[in-house]
Amino acid sequence: MNIHKIADYLNALADDSDTGMTFDCQPISGEVDVLQISVFGREELPIFVSVTDDQILCITYLWGEEEVKADKINEMHVSMLEMNIPMPLSSFSKIGDKYVIFGALAISSTFNDIEHELAVLSNNALEIIDDMSDYLI
Amino acid sequence: MSIFKKIMTAIRGGATEVGESIIDSNATRIFEQEIRDAENHLTKAKRDLTGVMAQQMSSSRDVERIKREITEHEGYAVQALEKGDEALALAVAEKISTLENELTTQQQALDSFQGNAERLKELVKKSERQVAEYKRQLSMVKTTESVQKATSAITDNFSSSNSKLLNAKDSLERIKAKQQKFDDRMKAAEVLESENSDTSLEAKLKEAGIGASDNSANSVLERLKAKQK
Repeated sequence: MNIHKIADYLNALADDSDTGMTFDCQPISGEVDVLQISVFGREELPIFVSVTDDQILCITYLWGEEEVKADKINEMHVSMLEMNIPMPLSSFSKIGDKYVIFGALAISSTFNDIEHELAVLSNNALEIIDDMSDYLI
Repeated sequence: MSIFKKIMTAIRGGATEVGESIIDSNATRIFEQEIRDAENHLTKAKRDLTGVMAQQMSSSRDVERIKREITEHEGYAVQALEKGDEALALAVAEKISTLENELTTQQQALDSFQGNAERLKELVKKSERQVAEYKRQLSMVKTTESVQKATSAITDNFSSSNSKLLNAKDSLERIKAKQQKFDDRMKAAEVLESENSDTSLEAKLKEAGIGASDNSANSVLERLKAKQK
């Protein structure tokens, strides 16, 4: 599995996806290949996919540290920890000063698994921002 | 220090600098080499184990054979005694004695092979667990590195395209607005569709003389006449 195969699959899906979402894939080159995936209508929250030796990582950036109300940050952290298990397939993390949600798949996953993962991740991201908006500026 | 701690320390201290390597690549290479060495040892231990197990089987067969021969010769000795041939019985007894010595030696060899096989099996199991653990740790280091490199690529891409990640709440509002617009359009299309089908159905019914007809002057007159009666 590599990001180009994933891009080919998702681009070929067009309107025929099982999830009802339309994906647009844009490879980003760098030391590690990254695929930027935009879901139609949700371009503001792209998903970034990278493939390592043993897993496929799908990451969506949620918000930066500077967007969190200073007096609410502990409360927000607790809420995020509490939500981590109920939230299907995705988990919270922090990269640098950005909060993210991500899903990790085994390298042996099928295209269908990946498509499902992306759809769930996108839905989770929207819902989480909505639910956590009290803590955000 | 556990690998978790090492990664945490590296992320907290300085390595947050985008693109900076979490653990220098030389260390990663040495670690990979260690895993390969461990795997080689494992292969060798497995080969040794096969050899020892083969010896164990052959030795076990020998023990069985000697035991069988002893029983056989004990029968011969009894038969010789029954016939009163003391000399022959003695000769057979000597043979049995030799066989019994051989059995002791062979049994010792078998015990030693069994012991070796057990030890090697334990070693193989332990090494396999060790290699799996090394691989898990290496995977953690590599994933951390990969995420940092990916982040650096994403950041570069954003700054080069002059776009930036929007504030989360703004993003959500924009997405919701788009969704609302889409839903409204769908609803409008539905309403339009149903209106069209309503009017066409009405027209068809009228044509067929079914349903409410127009209030013509004649029907009004009929109604008034009926009232007068």
